[in-house]
Amino acid sequence: MLIRALHDEGVELIYGYPGGAVLHIYDAIFNQDKVEHILVRHEQAATHAADGYARATGRPGVVLVTSGPGATNAVTGIATAFMDSIPMIVISGQVDSSLIGSDGFQETDMVGISRPIVKHSFMVQNPEDIPNIVKKAFYIATTGRPGPVVIDIPKDVTDPSRKFKYAYPESVKLRSYSVPAKGHTGQIKKAVEILLAAKRPILYTGGGVIQGEGSALLTELTRKLGYPITNTLMGLGAYPATDKQFLGMLGMHGTYEANMAMHFSDVVLGIGVRFDDRVTNTISKFCPGAKILHVDIDPASISKTVAADVPIVGSVTSVIEDMLELIKLSETKVDRKALDLWWKQIEGWREKDSLKVVSAENDVIKPQQAIQCLYEITNGDAYVSSDVGQHQMFAAQYYKFDKPRRWINSGGLGTMGFGFPAAMGVQLAFPDAVSVCVTGEGSFQMNLQELATCLQYNLPVKIVCLNNQALGMVKQWQDMQYGGRYSHSTYSESLPDFIKLAEAYGHVGVRIDKLSELKQKMTEAFALKDRLVFIDVMVDPMEHVYPMAIKGGSMKDMILSKTERT
Amino acid sequence: MRHIISILLENEPGALSRVVGLFSQRNYNIESLTVAPTEDHTLSRLTITTVGDDRKIEQITKHLNKLVDVVKLVDLTEGAHIERELMLIKVKAAGAQRDEVKRTADIFRAQIVDVTSTIYSIQVVGTSAKLDAFLAAISGITILEVARTGVSGVSRGEKVLSV
Repeated sequence: MLIRALHDEGVELIYGYPGGAVLHIYDAIFNQDKVEHILVRHEQAATHAADGYARATGRPGVVLVTSGPGATNAVTGIATAFMDSIPMIVISGQVDSSLIGSDGFQETDMVGISRPIVKHSFMVQNPEDIPNIVKKAFYIATTGRPGPVVIDIPKDVTDPSRKFKYAYPESVKLRSYSVPAKGHTGQIKKAVEILLAAKRPILYTGGGVIQGEGSALLTELTRKLGYPITNTLMGLGAYPATDKQFLGMLGMHGTYEANMAMHFSDVVLGIGVRFDDRVTNTISKFCPGAKILHVDIDPASISKTVAADVPIVGSVTSVIEDMLELIKLSETKVDRKALDLWWKQIEGWREKDSLKVVSAENDVIKPQQAIQCLYEITNGDAYVSSDVGQHQMFAAQYYKFDKPRRWINSGGLGTMGFGFPAAMGVQLAFPDAVSVCVTGEGSFQMNLQELATCLQYNLPVKIVCLNNQALGMVKQWQDMQYGGRYSHSTYSESLPDFIKLAEAYGHVGVRIDKLSELKQKMTEAFALKDRLVFIDVMVDPMEHVYPMAIKGGSMKDMILSKTERT
Repeated sequence: MRHIISILLENEPGALSRVVGLFSQRNYNIESLTVAPTEDHTLSRLTITTVGDDRKIEQITKHLNKLVDVVKLVDLTEGAHIERELMLIKVKAAGAQRDEVKRTADIFRAQIVDVTSTIYSIQVVGTSAKLDAFLAAISGITILEVARTGVSGVSRGEKVLSV
């Protein structure tokens, strides 16, 4: 009945791992062919794969795990999805209702453990409640600010001998849950007037635009205004990165021009962003001369860290539509003269070329060059899932995403081990697309067991490992703040041979260690369209990610290279 | 500033833990908490007193509103309101102190609800401030036990919290 409900909800794929408490459900899966189940090798990977699937498609990812350790293994993935507002349904088995609370075998209080990292959760008490709860779970997970929902099901509730009359509800109504739709017209009007009267405006947009399917409208709005725009790490792809109005990513490792433009702006229009500490640097020094206009579907996101001058609660699409309409009607027109001056100033900052790459000597590959090469040979059109660390920042900086849902990374929680299973989920969603996992030798080792899953389901993920033989981001901070004392961030003597590892799992491995061979070898690897290829790119181990925000400063305070700062 | 937030909550298992968990998770403070079903048994009414500046209280109410089990809430301290708390207090009452405790209780319109030869059990009802004042007034007396219910309240006049 559970599987039937999932099918009625439109679910095609679930990611999971069987165990005692979910055996009735697995038997039901065996006896049907409508919902495909993907067997992962660790429950954490099931959640990340479902998460990657959800980020790439916009549809909720569905996970099925057993009680106890199955459920706790899923926790990291649930937290990852929660921090980035990703719609996900996690169905966890539970011991028999009669055993709950008795410390039964593989019993854990999943509803309790997951409480702070879910949008909502359910414990199913009766079999006949299943259809209604599934409907509610999907409704809650996918509407408003999306997020993960846990459904905990005791084993006796899925016992096939407990028959009931099945009817899947068409709609759902919850008296205690409403979804904000349109923004307040008066507020939008006020925001538009301020926006049009601005002398030094900037659009600062994030993951909410992608989740809310607002990219096309955002692009229209930005082009119409002619204003500069910057995206957060989560928002990359919401506005075409190759467009001249795009200043690059902002924040801790944002471009010089994006951060300078933010700092010196007089109006900031934030859409689907949450003024995260990795963006704002010191809150009290944030954009000192700017009026803040903040659009978000979650009222709790507004004025959480930075107080908004004009708060607007609503879906990004409806608010941007209203804005476009009001701009047409408004008597205030964009001050082109001021805007020209503002662009001149921005072009000046742009000339600094803060992402300039200086080639190393002796044919050594700079990690940035590996990403540039990846961008070239995939024509900027791949789905790029990333792990967490330096490689993540390099990918965000150097892969220019022109489309939404192409950049898949754990922005909020920063979960190492996310990238590979996420790339797997993307590949399952789009079997013919190029699904790349940009990773490091540290992150990759956190979920490498999924190489087996990729073999089982023929998933030709391309893994680009920027191998610097160290936990690069940790090492960078130790270089900069701890006098180069590499406390537990290096392990070069104990790294596996990734080529042999890939081969052991039945895949192809390629090592690239010379810049002169980078393009050719990577092209060859990507030409193996139906194989998983692990591309081990040996990169300069001493490289740092720049620009980098200076702690305690404002957005204009950045370290630009090992020798230069603002 | 002290705020009294009154919440109508789905009367479902786990609902209370979501509210309480939110406070600890986001580092908010609960000074007191009362909860019981309302006349509609699908709803509980929960009253929390907390302390914070306007911004913090705004965040608290916004986050509470986000909880799926929270149907409606009101910050009673935003308008005129009535708040009540009940305290049961057991004190040593022997010799000369017996009369003094009785007099003080009368002044506070408290009731002595149980008596032994050496002990009074007193019930005091009022605002938290009144209960504090009573405790201060009998500070010379040996207190054996104090049980307070926490604050409950409603808005004055026609304003109501209902679905």
